[in-house]
Amino acid sequence: MTGTTIIFYLLALLTLVSALLAVTSRQIFRAAIYLLFTLIGIAGFYFWMQYDFIAAVQIIVYVGGITVLIIFSIFLTQQAGELLPKQKMGRQVFAAAAVCCSFALVMLQIGQHNFTVTTEQPVAPTIAAIGEKMLDTTADGYALPFEVVSILLLAAMIGCIVIAMRPDNTLTTEQTI
Amino acid sequence: MSTGLQIALIPLLPLAAFVILGLFGKKYVNRSAGIIATTLLAVSAVLAFYTAYQYFFQYGKVEGVYQKVTAFKYTWLQLSDNLSIDMGAMIDPITAMMLVVVTFISLLVHIYSLAYLKGEKRFATYYAFLGLFTFSMLGLVLSSNIFQMYIFWELVGVSSFLLIGFYYDKPSAVAACKKAFIVTRFADLGFLIGILVLSFYAGSLDFTTLIERLTSYQASELQTATAASFMGISALTWGLVLVFIGGAGKSAMFPLHIWLPDAMEGPTPVSALIHAATMVVAGVFLVARLFPVFQMSPPAMDVVAYTGIISALIAAVIACTQTDIKRVLAYSTMSQIGFMMFALGVSKTGGEEGLGFTASMFHLFTHAMFKALLFLGAGAVIHYVHSNEMKDMGGLRKYLPITHITFLIACLAISGIPPFAGFFSKEEILLAAYQHNPVIFYTAIITSGLTAFYMFRLYFTIFWNKVSPSYPNGSAGRALERAEGEVHGQFPATNGSGRHGEGGFAMMLPLIVLALASCLAGFIHFGDFVTADGKPLITALHLLFSIAPVALALAGTGIATWLFLYENDCPVKYSNKLGSLYKTAHHKFYIDELYLFITKKIIFNLVGRPAAWFDKNIVDGLVNATGSSTNALAEKIRTFQSGKVQQYAIYFLAGVMGLAVLFIYWWK
Amino acid sequence: MLTPGLYHILFISTALFFIGMYGFFARKNLITVLMSIELILNSVNLNFIAFNKYLWPNRLDGVFFTIFIIAIAAAEAAVAIAIIINLYRSHQSIDVEQTEEMKY
Repeated sequence: MTGTTIIFYLLALLTLVSALLAVTSRQIFRAAIYLLFTLIGIAGFYFWMQYDFIAAVQIIVYVGGITVLIIFSIFLTQQAGELLPKQKMGRQVFAAAAVCCSFALVMLQIGQHNFTVTTEQPVAPTIAAIGEKMLDTTADGYALPFEVVSILLLAAMIGCIVIAMRPDNTLTTEQTI
Repeated sequence: MSTGLQIALIPLLPLAAFVILGLFGKKYVNRSAGIIATTLLAVSAVLAFYTAYQYFFQYGKVEGVYQKVTAFKYTWLQLSDNLSIDMGAMIDPITAMMLVVVTFISLLVHIYSLAYLKGEKRFATYYAFLGLFTFSMLGLVLSSNIFQMYIFWELVGVSSFLLIGFYYDKPSAVAACKKAFIVTRFADLGFLIGILVLSFYAGSLDFTTLIERLTSYQASELQTATAASFMGISALTWGLVLVFIGGAGKSAMFPLHIWLPDAMEGPTPVSALIHAATMVVAGVFLVARLFPVFQMSPPAMDVVAYTGIISALIAAVIACTQTDIKRVLAYSTMSQIGFMMFALGVSKTGGEEGLGFTASMFHLFTHAMFKALLFLGAGAVIHYVHSNEMKDMGGLRKYLPITHITFLIACLAISGIPPFAGFFSKEEILLAAYQHNPVIFYTAIITSGLTAFYMFRLYFTIFWNKVSPSYPNGSAGRALERAEGEVHGQFPATNGSGRHGEGGFAMMLPLIVLALASCLAGFIHFGDFVTADGKPLITALHLLFSIAPVALALAGTGIATWLFLYENDCPVKYSNKLGSLYKTAHHKFYIDELYLFITKKIIFNLVGRPAAWFDKNIVDGLVNATGSSTNALAEKIRTFQSGKVQQYAIYFLAGVMGLAVLFIYWWK
Repeated sequence: MLTPGLYHILFISTALFFIGMYGFFARKNLITVLMSIELILNSVNLNFIAFNKYLWPNRLDGVFFTIFIIAIAAAEAAVAIAIIINLYRSHQSIDVEQTEEMKY
């Protein structure tokens, strides 16, 4: 039983338990915090698999950005204090059953599958290698998706502002500057 | 002109009259419709007479035996390799005779109607229907194929329906034409099944082939037909009896006779043509046409004979009690056709044995003459008196002299008094019956006596007896005329002048011609022309034998004279003495009521109502159930669109997983 | 068997995926639904990295997919929050049952 194995199982425990608690907790703020722990667990997995860059991105974006965003929205919609109402029992049972069956099916398929490992020389996922590949304009490079994602982010930003704008902030034609 | 074309023109000319007058008559040629139709029919009559002359005297006889000559034949429907329905014309001794009878009587009726229906609004339609009827009847007698005959049979039924219901705004006429059509149609079902049975065993629908195959003892068809049996009766007998049922319906034999008296609702010339001379003899013609095949089955012959004699007797009894003159004549027709039927039924083939056949055909010929004369004469009387009932008539011999004389001649003919036509034909029938079946003979003699009695009852009550006050010569008569006013219903148009005589030339000419025929037709040696096997038959006059029938006829006449010549109350006294017997006969033996009972109480309630319930609740119910269940299902499915996104997502997942299982485990 | 390999990581990622699905079906609050969606996306990321490490160590495709997914998930979460805030303004509630207006 090596150290890596123990760390792996601890991380697994953390991630799964936090995820379960996140989806079943009746207080919304607690759910958000459990989500936070789940995300940290996943970042831990990335570290364990020695993909440091991704782990860092995960922590910066997900943990630092999205979770904070969710917590802000909880406060903005004044949901923090009360207990969340529970869903109808029938719905819960049906959903749980469907999910469990599907999980079993997928696991069965994965278990029966033979994954073939490639025999080439491995490439270490260092930041330099990632960076070079990202801005590579040849056929194998990711320059185009990079640009597209940046446009998407721009569109998302503008979209959020437009959607969340208060209606009486718009200028009417009579108002002049 | 070739024989084929000449023969084809005979029915086609009246058909042309039907088409022309039917399409253009009402709008363009209403007034002259009668002339057009009469001209076309006159040409057709000339052709018919010429054809008959040619057949009987030129080419019909081969080695002394009259042959069946097929003039032309076209294959119409090829049903299988061996079976086909052809359209063609076949000349036979009986066909030639019928051509003469039908065209002659039809021509006279056309002429008579020129005056009888003058001023009628639907003049052209009437002549169109008459043309259709004549076409159908001529097609029927010329048919070379039994199925073709069935087609024309139905056409005759339709034309009869149209003509009986000519005055369609009278509910009684509408009911009568429906009744006629339904009863004959019902009988025709038997005819159709009989056709199928006979043609199945004979393997052919053609008359010559069918008769050949079912009459020669070596032929395998005859043997299979007699061997196969259903409920103990051979298939051949079944086929023949079913065919006879069809004939019985058309010829108003008991018990399918109920339509004939009601059919008198049509115009009187129509009754003369259809219900005296031509359509009602179609059944007799059918039996005569299939006579060789009937010979092969003694039970079928018995059915024909007994049906004939029963109808004759019943009709004669009923006719003694009726007060509507057309009804009396209708029952008289039924009775005389009964004579023709049983004459066929007792006949055998060959020589003296085949006398019944010849006698029956001879009687058909002479009966057409004097019955048409009787009806046309009755039409003249009705035209004058504006009523059908005997009580409105009497003493008309002063006002209608020609009608009187011709009517008297016809009555003498029908009663079988020599030397008029009816004597010769009836005497031969009675002789045939005497030779083969004593029971039928004695019943027939009694019926002849009754015939004389009721005919002369009719004659005296119309032309002697009393003088009715409701005549145009009396003041009451003139008031009646004015009250009659517009033409409506049965009575022909008058010019309202208050005093009108006996019809015109157009009405009297046919009467005179037919009276001459009734006098002279008896002297034709029918046995030279029309016999069962084609060989000529010398019929001698058996004077000793004729004494009994003539005596009975004279006795009947005498009784009628005593009771009805002058006004007295003896008839009423005697009918009261007979009490319920008289009442039953007067009500036509309650046969109509029996039919109504059977149809309304039994068939409608036991068959009709359950069938209707089944149709409404189960059949309709099934269809409605599919509709309403689809509706209910749709309501259920509609709830899938609940607007709840999470529900959509669950179903989505379930669907995807289901498909995954399907593809992984079952479809490789 | 006990040393963690590809199958173990796949087990975890599948479990996370279906936990996220359960949350998506069974939660009534829109923000909690959003959180479940984030769980699903994360499980997919884990899958990509696992395949990259164990099956295709000579390439970096899995890494890039993960980077892009993280970026897009962030954008999508932002837009979703904006919508939730807008919804809160018009309905005064962010209960999922209050948003059933497109139904039969």
